[in-house]
Amino acid sequence: MATALPTEPADVVAPAPAAGPRRDREQGRTRKWLLGVWSTLAILFLVAPILFMIVFSFNDNQGRFNFEWKGFTLKHWAHPFADPDLAKALENSLLIAVLATAVATMMGTLLAVALVRHRFRGRGAADFFVFLPMASPEVVMGASLLAMFLVLGIGTGFGTILVAHIMFSISYVVVTVKSRLEGMDPHVEEASRDLGAGEVSTFFRVTLPMIAPGVAAAAVLAFALSIDDYIVTSFNAGQTQTFPLFIFGATRQGVPPQVNVLSTMLLLLVLGLMVVNVLVQRALARRDFKRREA
Amino acid sequence: MTTVPESTETPAAVRPEVEERDICLEHVHKRYGDQVVIGDLSLVIEQGRFYALLGPSGCGKTTTLRMIGGFELPTSGTVSLAGHDVTQLPPHKREVNTVFQSYALFPHLTVEKNVAFGLERKKVDKHETKRRVAEMLETVQLSHLAKRKPGQLSGGQAQRVALARALVNKPRALLLDEPLGALDLRLRRQLQDQLKQIQQDIGITFVHVTHDQEEAMSMADTIAVMNGGAIEQAGSAEDLYERPETSFVANFLGTSNLIDVTPESTPVDQEFSRGTTVDREPVRYLTHRADGYSGPIRVGVRPEKVRLYATDQSPPDGDNVLHGKVVQSTFLGVTLQYLVRTPGGLELNVIEPNLVGNSAGTFGAGQDVRVAWDARQTFVVEGEATGA
Ligand SMILES: Nc1ncnc2c1ncn2[C@@H]1O[C@H](COP(=O)(O)OP(=O)(O)OP(=O)(O)O)[C@@H](O)[C@H]1O
Ligand SMILES: [Mg+2]
Repeated sequence: MATALPTEPADVVAPAPAAGPRRDREQGRTRKWLLGVWSTLAILFLVAPILFMIVFSFNDNQGRFNFEWKGFTLKHWAHPFADPDLAKALENSLLIAVLATAVATMMGTLLAVALVRHRFRGRGAADFFVFLPMASPEVVMGASLLAMFLVLGIGTGFGTILVAHIMFSISYVVVTVKSRLEGMDPHVEEASRDLGAGEVSTFFRVTLPMIAPGVAAAAVLAFALSIDDYIVTSFNAGQTQTFPLFIFGATRQGVPPQVNVLSTMLLLLVLGLMVVNVLVQRALARRDFKRREA
Repeated sequence: MTTVPESTETPAAVRPEVEERDICLEHVHKRYGDQVVIGDLSLVIEQGRFYALLGPSGCGKTTTLRMIGGFELPTSGTVSLAGHDVTQLPPHKREVNTVFQSYALFPHLTVEKNVAFGLERKKVDKHETKRRVAEMLETVQLSHLAKRKPGQLSGGQAQRVALARALVNKPRALLLDEPLGALDLRLRRQLQDQLKQIQQDIGITFVHVTHDQEEAMSMADTIAVMNGGAIEQAGSAEDLYERPETSFVANFLGTSNLIDVTPESTPVDQEFSRGTTVDREPVRYLTHRADGYSGPIRVGVRPEKVRLYATDQSPPDGDNVLHGKVVQSTFLGVTLQYLVRTPGGLELNVIEPNLVGNSAGTFGAGQDVRVAWDARQTFVVEGEATGA
């Protein structure tokens, strides 16, 4: 089996005439080969469901179910929003995700700045309470939110879903932004104030640009958490449908293939964002490098 | 600092109106929780001075500087700049700028933008800003790096950007917290010269924190030696070296021989007073140097001011003379160093220039010698409480 592998440089083990090192090398190769197989399996395992979903978005299905391959078609892709309920659910999900991301990112970032940069009474407690939503089970959180809305006499629906999503996203935003802030030299902000910038000006001109990558990462995380949340949403949705709620409900009567289409679209959207992000980072790095050469 | 003798005189032509008070701290205390970091610190820095805060690690230099800059609030006491009480003012409302030890450049802005930051905040006209930034980059010899980001600079370059970024605002005073601490020795010496040159050219007050005594002595007009949150003594390098007022100063700047003596109540003559050592030998010192000391005192003398004589040689008249035995004799090329012990257990360091060129003229261990120095070179510091 070793011969099947491409010749590898013998630099791992210093060449020695004795039998011992040679056996070591062979063992090393076997181990590497096994590792390759193992990784491939693991990756397949991870992407198989996604591939399955994509493939079946092209399935020319008959009847209400989309679990059996009947032939290739593009008709679902031609009318992705054919099912009005599905379209509405997706619209709700996207709108909630965008709003929740915006609010949670803003509030979470400010909270992180307060926690890292300022000493105030109750800071330790605040730190703990921020962590709480991440630690508590989603079912508990969903149920307690519902209880709160009922006690306050607030009817569940779009608004309550939004509030719930903002609430659980904030914690993740705070944690992400905090780690970025903690790695930042606090003297840089002092330098800004020293040079005549007030607190607000310092935040927008120095702190925010420096923690921007952390804030962006936090926003992506918040969006991802919101768009696919089922448990907390199901407690607080009232009559409002979101994409995950719709699909879960639909499985009982049959899943329309548009679900596959729209899911694939979402996936492509997220992948696209990630690729753009990587490209931008690379471009920035290259520009800096060129400048250095100059 | 108006009471210090003639020696602090700086070239009069350079600064005509030196007497203006620029920075003034009065009875400043600073506590962090229970820990007292600064206990009753007062200082006055005159306009245009190069003032060094010198002291060991943890003595409160940075804390003092941060209170002047407005980053820390004193627990009590007042800070004033140019005669105005600024104790409660935030940093951006104070006419001082800081060069941080870590430089603290804005990593997301180019060198040029870093330097322009302060002027932009003050809404200085665009063309004016551009001109002043270019001029300042010229001064610190960094014009060719204007478009770089701080991440692409060497330590010495970053340090100069930090300096330019502060100076371009034409502050009343510049606060520097160990600005050269992170650089290697050669670059340090080079930047010390540059820094001193810039300070003389623009004539603003510099407050320079350092724990390097040589740096302080070579750059500053006035050095304040800090220890344990208080200023032990402030004055010119010469004042501090030749006439230290505390044991700490005597041994923080160079080394000293300190001898506990019992002062005699009546002076020897108009000039001198006398005290006796444990060996019952007299040591004379200028009477006015012991002014203000009521309890036990210590006299001191720098090792290079002391000479050794064989028992059959006689030291010049007017010298203080002690008797002892050479314990250790070290040949160091430029100098010869001796450690001499008196019968009473006093240990004295002696540094003699290497004038002889062979070992015949030197003293070996075990030899009886006389240790002598000019009585005028004796300084007096407060003695330690009994039992020391
Ligand atoms: N924020 C703080 N909280 C508590 N103690 C502090 C704080 N800042 C400084 N200290 C303490 O105050 C003392 C003086 O600190 P400071 O930074 O002023 O020393 P320094 O003279 O600048 O020392 P170095 O030469 O090492 O920089 C130290 O004992 C330090 O532990
Ligand atoms: Mg310090």
